[in-house]
Amino acid sequence: MEKETCGPCKPPPPCGEGLGCARIRGRVARNKKRELALADARLPAIFVGMKPDTLLYPAPKGLYCGMGDFYIDPVQPVERALITHGHADHARAGHAHVLATRETLDIMRIRYGDAFCGAGQIAPLGETITVNGVTVRFHPAGHVLGSAQIAIEADGTRIVVSGDYKRRPDRTCRAFEPVPCDVFITEATFGLPVFHHPDDGAEIARLLMSLRQFPERAHIVGAYALGKAQRVIALLRQQGYDEPIHIHGALARLCEYYQNEGIDLGEIRPATLAGESRKDLAGAIVIGPPSAFADRWARRFADPLAVFASGWMLIRQRAKQRGVELPLVISDHCDWAELTGTIREIAPAEVWVTHGREEALVRWCELQGIPARPLHLVGYDDEGE
Amino acid sequence: MRAFAELLDRLVLTPQRNAKIRLLADYFREAGDPSRGYALAAIAGTLKLNTVKPQLIRDLLLERMDEVLFRYSYDYVGDLAETVSLVWEPPQQRVASDIPLGEVVERLQMAGRSEVRSLVRDMLDQLDVSGRFALLKLVTGGLRIGVSARLAKQALAEMGDKDVSEIERLWHGLAPPYLPLFLWLTGEADMPVPTMPAVFHAVMLATPVGEGDLEGLDPAEFAAEWKWDGIRVQLANIGGARRLYSRSGDEISGAFPEILEAADFTGVIDGELLVGGTARSNQATGTFADLQQRLNRKTVNRKLLEDYPAFIRGYDILFSGERDIRSEPFQARRQALGTLIDAASPQHFDLSPLVPFSTWEELDRLRSNPPDPVIEGVMLKRLDSPYVAGRAKGPWFKWKREPFNIDAVLMYAQRGHGKRSSYYSDFTFGVWTESDGQTVLVPVGKAYFGFTDAELEILDRFVRDNTVERFGPVRAVRAEPDAGFVVEVAFEGLNRSTRHKSGVAMRFPRIARLRADKLPRDADRLETLQAMIETKE
Repeated sequence: MEKETCGPCKPPPPCGEGLGCARIRGRVARNKKRELALADARLPAIFVGMKPDTLLYPAPKGLYCGMGDFYIDPVQPVERALITHGHADHARAGHAHVLATRETLDIMRIRYGDAFCGAGQIAPLGETITVNGVTVRFHPAGHVLGSAQIAIEADGTRIVVSGDYKRRPDRTCRAFEPVPCDVFITEATFGLPVFHHPDDGAEIARLLMSLRQFPERAHIVGAYALGKAQRVIALLRQQGYDEPIHIHGALARLCEYYQNEGIDLGEIRPATLAGESRKDLAGAIVIGPPSAFADRWARRFADPLAVFASGWMLIRQRAKQRGVELPLVISDHCDWAELTGTIREIAPAEVWVTHGREEALVRWCELQGIPARPLHLVGYDDEGE
Repeated sequence: MRAFAELLDRLVLTPQRNAKIRLLADYFREAGDPSRGYALAAIAGTLKLNTVKPQLIRDLLLERMDEVLFRYSYDYVGDLAETVSLVWEPPQQRVASDIPLGEVVERLQMAGRSEVRSLVRDMLDQLDVSGRFALLKLVTGGLRIGVSARLAKQALAEMGDKDVSEIERLWHGLAPPYLPLFLWLTGEADMPVPTMPAVFHAVMLATPVGEGDLEGLDPAEFAAEWKWDGIRVQLANIGGARRLYSRSGDEISGAFPEILEAADFTGVIDGELLVGGTARSNQATGTFADLQQRLNRKTVNRKLLEDYPAFIRGYDILFSGERDIRSEPFQARRQALGTLIDAASPQHFDLSPLVPFSTWEELDRLRSNPPDPVIEGVMLKRLDSPYVAGRAKGPWFKWKREPFNIDAVLMYAQRGHGKRSSYYSDFTFGVWTESDGQTVLVPVGKAYFGFTDAELEILDRFVRDNTVERFGPVRAVRAEPDAGFVVEVAFEGLNRSTRHKSGVAMRFPRIARLRADKLPRDADRLETLQAMIETKE
């Protein structure tokens, strides 16, 4: 088949003029030409409806839908924001109007306080909402509690913004749901063929093994405060670990929220104990945010052994640089096989790749004959994963 | 392979020595034969395998992977074996299964040159990620995991509840996969009898002279000799086998062929390996920096042999002929050593001279002003002491010359490891110098010990409160003439260095004292250090 991709063409300029901008008009004309060329080649026209990149495109504040006048996961305060999930780089405070799942709104409230936005609107999963004439629907993304993909549709063209997502079973959130679409916007946090996340149960078994080998040391587990920490706890419980688990203060409210949502985390205790009782934490599991465990906070524990639960831990040098002694490869993102598998399963007409190692996933799509391009969105941080 | 791969992964990331020993001992206990023996060999560097070039590994991978995707991956990971282990996709129908390490090694040893390629491919298909990594590190000969042969032996001692000196003595008479050794360690058999006669015997060590140690000791009961700044070695020629060992029992024969060739006597002697010329050939003794040219090499070329000729300065004798004389007193042994060295090659052997003295004060003066720059202090040996392995306090003392001291300014700090991972405990310090007409600090060394826990708290707080810039894990701290932190750095010696910007390199630098009473402008200058080197030369 003749390869006719849009290729890695540049995103619209950050001129703020939106659709009126000359570059955008040029692109519309080019797309028209391409469509005609495709028709000439007797290939099916891919987009019968609206051109996807006039429906949704990157702007300085984030991914923008001009027709519906809303942003998805904007990195700066905007009038109207649709939020995929509660991680800080996707869910920021200060938007006038926020549309998100109930859990994501709750999590934003926990993190930023009641005044996190002007007005919040719940988007029930699977229900259609119309925003300025654009159809919007939220579907579970399997990333963390409340995480969603957002499908937007107008004039017969549907784009699915995956947000961050994973395909592994996770007791702490609803599983990813593939949604057929014209354009699938995928994250690429672990978008390199090197990333193959091992079975999370086996990783947790390594932690339990280390507890048996070093019973006199406190095992300090670095885990992202939203999602990863609760998942690690749930996985430990699943393997029958029923000792109390100690947590850093930064995790307390989110763990409590998960428990209230019916996710059983067993007995959770604060790790901020006073004085001599600290020594009791020898042989215990203490969970804290990744930034805390290499900090002064970790000093209070008996001979701490640094553990870190993250997809990055697959790369030995990453673990070594952080001073991690026991890396656990547990990720809330897809690995390479799951990213490519998902693209195959959804079989969109076009793939847009955002935050992460975009170039490799685009290359893979090219090799498969799937039109793909990187979005080059800025402001999304994958280090905390 | 899975257990071995997991062990490697843990060892690479475990900084603490005792934790490494525990991980190794647990592995040796649980892994079966012959896998554990080959694992031991791989770690101790005694495993013989036909190695494979990295290019072959790359070619194998590109048989089934897009080159562009491989490049992206390799650029990201940075290590070929790790990249390949991660991106390798076994054929769909293959389910990862384990191949015991013993089988991997034996298959590789049996394979001919032409079969290696398909054998490696086949095993990569069969193993899981960690297993592939371990395999690739083994076959490319790049197993660097921060574990010395000595540490592995310590783990064996822990596993079998034996003394490490027993293992060291046996070590060179054994070969992979060390079946008799493990049978003995697990209590299933008696201690193996070494087949090679020139085995290593654990050396006798001295304790440092502490405050008040010499009070009440009679100088007349001790002999004193200079403590030379080389490396302690043991040379054995028994039953026709000649071997040169470092003091930890590593064999270093290959790097010093001239010494082995000259060892035409029968016996086992203990001495200092040095370069330059022997006293008998009336030439100057080379510095430790010169000696380093010859260390850590498997083989040696003609030029090195000519430029840095090695010799042994005899300290003691363990076997005279085939006779074990370790139980005889020092004085008697010394006589036997003198006779042996008199008859040996004058270019390759001399006798460490005794230092005459009658009082401790006199010896103290001699110690502080030694006649040769390659002397780092004096050794005190009881005239009646037998040669006993290990470091017992009493028979032998070492009395080092005072360290050198300078005041330097803290410039950079980095987090420590393990217990210290929450502290900034690795410090780079500098002294003042002129550069382009300006007075600037130039780094002269790095130290991560010498201070007390309480002092570390102070240093750590200073670093956190005075960080001016970050470079990855490294923090630059405030260091200006009137604001900064001065430390007194003690070190054992100073050498010229082309590798450091300052042109000097310190030996054993440590932070001796915090000088909160001083301002950075009062710290020393580079010229002071340069003058120290010149005086020495």
